[in-house]
Amino acid sequence: MKDNIVIVGGGIAGMEAARQLLRMGLNPIIVEKSDHLGGHVARWHRLFPDMTPASELVGGLIEATGQANIFLNTEISFMNRLKDSYNIMLSNGVSVIAKVVLITTGFSVFDASKKEEYGYGVYDQVMTNSDLEQWFNNGNDSRIDGTEINAVGFVHCVGSRDEKARNSQCSKVCCITAVKQAIEMKQKFPDAAVYCFYMDLRMFGKKYEDFYISAQRDYGIRFIRGRVSEVSENIDGRVIVKAEDTLAGKPVKVTLDLLVLMSGMVCNRDCSSIAGMISLQTDSDGFFKSRDNISDIICSSREGIYYAGACTGPKTVPETLAEARSAALEIFSYINRA
Amino acid sequence: MIYQGKQKIWADYQKEIPDDHWFYVRSCIRQNFFPGAERMFLEICRNVLGKDFYETEHHTTCGGIAYHCDTIPQETVMTIVARQFALMTEAGYENYVASCITSFGNYLEILETWHEFPELETRIRELLWKACRREFKKPKYIAHASDLIYKYRNEIAEKAKFRLVNRRTGEPLKVVEHIGCHYSKMFPSKGVGGAEYPYVLCGMIESWGGSVIDYPERRHCCGYGFRQYHVKANRGYSISNTHKKFESMEPYHPDMIITNCPGCPYFMDRWQYVIAEMEGKTYGQNGYGIPVFTYEEVAGLVLGYDPWDLGLQLHQVAVEPLLDKMGIEYSPEDKYKGLNKKDLMRPELPGVLKCC
Amino acid sequence: MGNIFGFSISPSSTVNLDNVDFTLFDRLHELEPDAWKCMSCGSCGATCPAGNFSGMSLRKVLHNLQRGKEKEAVKMLQNCMLCGKCSIVCPRGINTRHLILSICKLYKED
Repeated sequence: MKDNIVIVGGGIAGMEAARQLLRMGLNPIIVEKSDHLGGHVARWHRLFPDMTPASELVGGLIEATGQANIFLNTEISFMNRLKDSYNIMLSNGVSVIAKVVLITTGFSVFDASKKEEYGYGVYDQVMTNSDLEQWFNNGNDSRIDGTEINAVGFVHCVGSRDEKARNSQCSKVCCITAVKQAIEMKQKFPDAAVYCFYMDLRMFGKKYEDFYISAQRDYGIRFIRGRVSEVSENIDGRVIVKAEDTLAGKPVKVTLDLLVLMSGMVCNRDCSSIAGMISLQTDSDGFFKSRDNISDIICSSREGIYYAGACTGPKTVPETLAEARSAALEIFSYINRA
Repeated sequence: MIYQGKQKIWADYQKEIPDDHWFYVRSCIRQNFFPGAERMFLEICRNVLGKDFYETEHHTTCGGIAYHCDTIPQETVMTIVARQFALMTEAGYENYVASCITSFGNYLEILETWHEFPELETRIRELLWKACRREFKKPKYIAHASDLIYKYRNEIAEKAKFRLVNRRTGEPLKVVEHIGCHYSKMFPSKGVGGAEYPYVLCGMIESWGGSVIDYPERRHCCGYGFRQYHVKANRGYSISNTHKKFESMEPYHPDMIITNCPGCPYFMDRWQYVIAEMEGKTYGQNGYGIPVFTYEEVAGLVLGYDPWDLGLQLHQVAVEPLLDKMGIEYSPEDKYKGLNKKDLMRPELPGVLKCC
Repeated sequence: MGNIFGFSISPSSTVNLDNVDFTLFDRLHELEPDAWKCMSCGSCGATCPAGNFSGMSLRKVLHNLQRGKEKEAVKMLQNCMLCGKCSIVCPRGINTRHLILSICKLYKED
């Protein structure tokens, strides 16, 4: 009989790992809390830097994991260590004895309403990066539809690099996402002024810098170095944004028809409860703690428990996929060794 | 504006406010600026609502103005405050309520500093003992007086003779609320509603029938800013800030402004005269200004007290247009009559700002 | 109306982007697309031989133009001697000579 491998989380990390494990002839079981596979990426429209439709990636993964056991709307109720395996009780009543548990629980999007000064959920014309992606997907959002869009602003680092929001980590993808979304908005509203308020621009990935240069040169996106301090609403419902233009050392303000907050990645709310079940360590940022942050990022400190993707910290899509493949390989050799 | 979004934030910032038995300390300056306000606070709490509010003639300034003007060291302010706490302890109270926002902030700041630097508290206890042989317990609760009126707002509404409603049109009056900076900006959790969208005055306005204006420069300082005003060379900064606020609220045509700080109503009231003289511009209807009130004065008006007993004749901006809107009767002849109808004489009327 | 108070309402130092007219800058961007390409690294100002004496910095010139401070920008640009050192150091490869001459062409002093 084949050993069970339980994958906790049916996002792109979980699916990519399942795809690889199936190829190796192993038996992955995906346990997904929500009613769909694909996690956050399934709700995204296009992916930087090549504007690949997110649905292509997610659709391909769903097709490739068709042979796996998949439980949707299911959570881990209980998990404990047996001699050389794990006993897992699912919320649907199914219980599984698994040789290996792969944790791919990903991240949660920072709740932008916690940054009260930005007025998300208070001022009409304030939205988040996720809201904007959904509008790209379904074209239905009262903040944009029926509004004359002449000026749009993006606020980088919302809830990231923010000790007051208890997230000192950089969310990694928001800089490039803001650049991507700024370009997309400029494409949709060519006459609109588009502003990006940033502290640093962290363009670390392949083709990111090209993307940024294109945003400046080809699209005339106006980058202002300074973190937005305060947002308010004027009498016609538009938002007024205040920041310091730190390159000039002067306060700056602008009235916008739409303000997009780049909500960052924070640790998944389920992190601590899953960690508690089998005494896994979490890091100071709340994400799962790897055995080693350089050489063993996908390994936990416990035998048979592996990680992939954003459950150990903010990751890009290609990083997540690479970790999932690497975890599958590690699991393969672990099972054959044991 | 999404009202429910604000409600969510307000629900996060509710603080415990004991219902009764308070040691009350007045502000240094409010009795000169708004002589009826503190009297009205005690009148409402003691006589209208039957609560126990104690005050003693031995209390002094908290030292806040000098502290914020950078003219006395922090140890001195702390010793002054320690003495106030000693007076409270001697009177047998644990709940301390300050009339002044800066005092309120000062007390919270000092308690927080003692929490972070316990050795400083020990030193202040020694200094107090050396200076006047007093000892103190720290208050169990510290409130600002507006927290209490906020707490009692619905009881006041039940007894109200007038509402913040335009008697002629039946529409709610449009009210600008202005919160003193030291109320919750230093310690958001210590203010009702937090620091970004404080609810303490909004709650009163809603309870008494008015509608709240949220304008772009709502969070901005009134312009007082201590050193901005007290150093004459800086007064341009003071009035520039006030001017910025009025320019921002102008499109909303506010009927009135309610504040909970000693300095804010003073500067928002008096600077309207100076702006009128400098710029020839007024912000109310027909050449009048926008009347500015303390929350106690508004509570007094709502409860039906005579406007001249509330000391409203000391405002620079005429309050009569608002009294007319609310349907409050008043005697123009009695405006400048003191106790026993003693003639107080009439002030000179300004050239630009229309006054009564 | 004379001011009897001894102080007055001072204008805000805030740059209000609502009031910045980008018409000329948009034309500059057409003439020289690299007008928006600067990332404010400061290399140009650091290497500028005129910078030490006059405060000249191409970064500041561009920044001022982008914030509607055309007078300051044009005044600063008068210190440029077109030596080309900024173009040697610019990591973004901006054709600074073409950019400067385009600015001069568009933003003529009255």
